[in-house]
Amino acid sequence: MKKNSAFARWFYGESDTLLDKVEMKPQKEYKEKEGEIRELMQEKELLREHIYDMKDNRKLKLFHRMYHIAALIFCLTLISIMLVTVSWLPENGNPDNPVNNEVSARYIESGLQETGAVNIVTGMILDYRAFDTFGESNVLFIATVTVLILLRLDKKKTAPAKKGTAVYEKPADELTIAEAEADDRVNEPKNDAILQKVAGFLVPIIIIFGIYVVLNGHLSPGGGFSGGAIIGAGLILYLNAFGFQKTERFFTEKTYKWTCFVALTFYCLAKSYSFFTGANHLESGIPLGTPGAILSSGLILPLNICVGLVVACTMYAFYVLFRKGGF
Amino acid sequence: MTVFTYILMGFLIICAISVTLSKKLLNSVLIFMSYSLIMSIIWMLLESPDLAITEAAVGAGVTSVLFFVTLKKIHAMEGEDKPDEEK
Repeated sequence: MKKNSAFARWFYGESDTLLDKVEMKPQKEYKEKEGEIRELMQEKELLREHIYDMKDNRKLKLFHRMYHIAALIFCLTLISIMLVTVSWLPENGNPDNPVNNEVSARYIESGLQETGAVNIVTGMILDYRAFDTFGESNVLFIATVTVLILLRLDKKKTAPAKKGTAVYEKPADELTIAEAEADDRVNEPKNDAILQKVAGFLVPIIIIFGIYVVLNGHLSPGGGFSGGAIIGAGLILYLNAFGFQKTERFFTEKTYKWTCFVALTFYCLAKSYSFFTGANHLESGIPLGTPGAILSSGLILPLNICVGLVVACTMYAFYVLFRKGGF
Repeated sequence: MTVFTYILMGFLIICAISVTLSKKLLNSVLIFMSYSLIMSIIWMLLESPDLAITEAAVGAGVTSVLFFVTLKKIHAMEGEDKPDEEK
């Protein structure tokens, strides 16, 4: 497309090709007469009184009663359908149940030799079914993106705010108490002494425990999801006690972006080959090591770290987005 | 131990019913929090400590905090004695 052609100019909205060629008349502004407006209002009032007159309107009464009855019937039908379905389920603890097939027997019997993980659950979700876990991590990332779309505050729109809406443009001491209460970002951090003391003790312990759970995912109960959730909860506590300015030193939008990107990409590169091989298990080439040692069981430890990072970032990002509408 | 489990199950059902019946949203969130805590103890008794950790961190921790933030955003956390002064 030529830059100065008539089409380009029309396309970028610089000139109107129809100007001066077609007779144009501005549209007449629609104006209602005062009498008409009053009549309409009266009619609306009459209609409203007529419709919502609970004492005399039989149809409305009937509708309300039918509504309640229909809701009751609907609920009872749903509950009975569910109960009937539950009654058709196989009995709990029966050895002939379809759950007790060769798959779980295989996992329990040879899981330790094949994956090298003492914790069979982690061996299952990060080795046999690593592709499912990859999908779950992606679901977490997509959930964060959705929350971002829903709750993000546009900085360009809010910055040059008008006088009436400029709540967080004013410095904090000019605000009335009610305004400051309404906008909780102004008096941040609140500097609660008890909360800060307790958080100072607890946050390192919580985060170290989370890291322990993530790193020992293949040895002890836990793993990426639980450890990541613990780390995220610790970060939220820290944020609540000390405010956004402290956390923004180490966790910004960029940190979130790169952490999630690196973790998900590493997981994808490490495990997505099973997608091409028909979800078959392939040897990773990493020696499994002695079961019980921290550096064992091949790819499970790095994958646990990846999942833990994604989950921790997701928890923290949820809270920040809910609170502030942006990082 | 079974008696303890039954007591916990009873608490669980009471919590689940009172969440729906409670009129105040803040109370509902608090009851939901205690529901998650009881549930995590039950996971421990069912010998799945990993689920117990996750339930305690996510159910009782992060979800409730997100609920609190939402309640604050929609101004549902003000007490009864303090009516809305801005309007």
